[in-house]
Amino acid sequence: MSTIAQKRGFASTIWDYLTTVDHKKIAILYLIAGGFFFLLGGIEAMLIRIQLAVPNNDFVSAGFYNELLTMHGTTMIFLAAMPLLLGFMNAIMPLQIGARDVAFPFINALGFWLFFFGGVFLNLSWFLGGAPDAGWTSYASLSLASEGHGIDFYALGLQISGFGTLMGGINFLVTIINMRAPGMTYMRMPLFTWTTFVASALILFAFPPLTASIFMLTFDRMFGANFFNVAAGGNTIIWEHFFWIFGHPEVYILILPAFGIFSEIFATFSRKRLFGYSSMVFATVLIGFLGFMVWAHHMFTVGLGPVANAIFAVATMAIAVPTGIKIFNWLLTIWGGSIKFTVPMIYAVAFIPSFVMGGVTGVMQAAAPADYQYHDSYFIVAHFHYVIVGGVVLALLAGTHFYWPKMFGTMLSEKIGKFTFFFFFVGFHLTFFVQHFLGLMGMPRRVWTFLPGQGLDTGNLVSSVGAAFMAIGVVSLLVNIVITTMKNERVGNDPWGDGRTLEWALPSPAPFYNFKQLPLVRGLDAYWLEKMEGKDTLTPAEPIGDIHMPNPSFVPVVISFGLFVAAFGAMYQVDDKPWAIPVLIIGLAITFGAMLYRSIKDDHGFHIHKEDLMEDDDDNKGVKA
Amino acid sequence: MVNNQSNTNNPRLDYEYRRRKNAEGMRIQVATFTLMIFFTVISFAAVAAGFSKWFVIPVILLLAVIQVGFQLYYFMHMGEKGHEAPSMFMWSGIGVAFLTILAFVTIIWW
Repeated sequence: MSTIAQKRGFASTIWDYLTTVDHKKIAILYLIAGGFFFLLGGIEAMLIRIQLAVPNNDFVSAGFYNELLTMHGTTMIFLAAMPLLLGFMNAIMPLQIGARDVAFPFINALGFWLFFFGGVFLNLSWFLGGAPDAGWTSYASLSLASEGHGIDFYALGLQISGFGTLMGGINFLVTIINMRAPGMTYMRMPLFTWTTFVASALILFAFPPLTASIFMLTFDRMFGANFFNVAAGGNTIIWEHFFWIFGHPEVYILILPAFGIFSEIFATFSRKRLFGYSSMVFATVLIGFLGFMVWAHHMFTVGLGPVANAIFAVATMAIAVPTGIKIFNWLLTIWGGSIKFTVPMIYAVAFIPSFVMGGVTGVMQAAAPADYQYHDSYFIVAHFHYVIVGGVVLALLAGTHFYWPKMFGTMLSEKIGKFTFFFFFVGFHLTFFVQHFLGLMGMPRRVWTFLPGQGLDTGNLVSSVGAAFMAIGVVSLLVNIVITTMKNERVGNDPWGDGRTLEWALPSPAPFYNFKQLPLVRGLDAYWLEKMEGKDTLTPAEPIGDIHMPNPSFVPVVISFGLFVAAFGAMYQVDDKPWAIPVLIIGLAITFGAMLYRSIKDDHGFHIHKEDLMEDDDDNKGVKA
Repeated sequence: MVNNQSNTNNPRLDYEYRRRKNAEGMRIQVATFTLMIFFTVISFAAVAAGFSKWFVIPVILLLAVIQVGFQLYYFMHMGEKGHEAPSMFMWSGIGVAFLTILAFVTIIWW
């Protein structure tokens, strides 16, 4: 994706991506890896729905079903949704605030490779004696009793990929605080940047509890500790609290960037300023704040007592208020706008009712006494799929269409896009709407089969048909991507014609230094302001000068690979394999050796000289910032 | 050098201002330092005097919290200009940690 046109061999392209520290290329890596895991999670979902299509089915065994449902949840949350969102954050956020890269490009690459190796490690469990089978929440009593290495893969894989996510979050925070272009005040930041900021803060505070609890789980299972072992004086409830202190903010880590993507789409295709911008910012921050005070609503039936349940119930219901503010702001953004129904806009409009349905069932469950009825039933499954698929996945699909030209320089086909939308959206409601009623009729979640003649047959069959629809939708998106890439019709800076924020003033894809001259931001929707004054370029804030860039580095891959190797050692020393401890030590030696190398070796980066930038201009490739 | 920026072009005035500000900073520094030593003496004295532990432990914890505040705000200058973001994130982190500990000592049964 370099703007300097040159023919590259396949191997050199691979090497380029292995060593890149450019936020735009790392975004593409996140998109590819996250997309791959999304397909894996989707296949697992299809197998689940095939098994549950008819009563008393024996398509998969009970044990394998447990592995499927665990890996479906874990993969979709940790390895698909979050990395895909991190991909969009990487691709767009630095462009939106007028920065040349993130604050720590090296750490950015390290974050990706840690996630990648963690995800690969977790999925290798399929081939090495069985995947984790205690649900994505992996409650301690169950996970400590699980035989084989499944839970060990879960603990070590998520630990490694969690380090990566934490690094990504800190990196974005520092970038947004320190690297905004002149004039880009906090209250002029596009909403996607704001939601990235708040989601990163949530990552910063939510991942340490996860890290701590996974460490305890790792030591309980692999090194003879007893944190959660009740028989030895431990307490299994600690895991549940830690997991949900992380787990609840986690769902906001997912949904807030999705809100950000939709906010950008609504404003762009209604061709209006986002209604109530400051209240949107306020609502985003408030959701992030409240997100830390509601975790126990996942544990109402644990027996915390009426006082604790009441406090957490009220706090949970309070979250509906800022979320409602957002919904009304989006509606009022569309209201009176000059609306263009492009594919991203169709997704955005469809998102509102879908997400509201998920939100309403959420408030139902927030009522603690009622939750005793819903708990662990398909009603819960319906609820969280309505918010995650109806919110996050629709945002990911919308964002893929919306930002594709900015990331790859080509437009996805609108026609196939509408086909994708139709099948995915209809399939989504077919699959999950009926599950509300299955749950209310008493179908428990996480069961591998059900009996005929209990009123569950039709509902489950409808649900499975819906899943097939969703699969058709996803496949058509892949076809769309392949066709678009083959055609390779390049587009200009602002292919949608209505771009409002800084990224649409840059070529598609942006040159590797992003901005030739940092732009001067004169208000919210800076590019729109310039366009309204009859200009198609941004006002520069500085003269053209040398640009300092970081050098590419292979070290992030090596650091991550070392942890990947060490994880095998940690896991197999349980079986008293003689090679396990040496492998653990070698792996850690690779990691710390690579870190030492990085610390000792001076790497000052390089400069793009002013003359080269000027020359670029003549080729009409540069940014006229 | 956020804290040493000058608002005037008059070097003489600037110097005077900075001199006064530094002197004031030094005074507060010394005063805080004295107070912190005093607090430490109180803590040791409270233990040595053999009061009830229901009195001693809360007092020591309270003094410890105040000392952390002194440390952050007077020695590490957290209250000064340009420290808003770190201070916000530190307080948020302290809030989350406090909430976690509160939950663990109140609603987990042992």
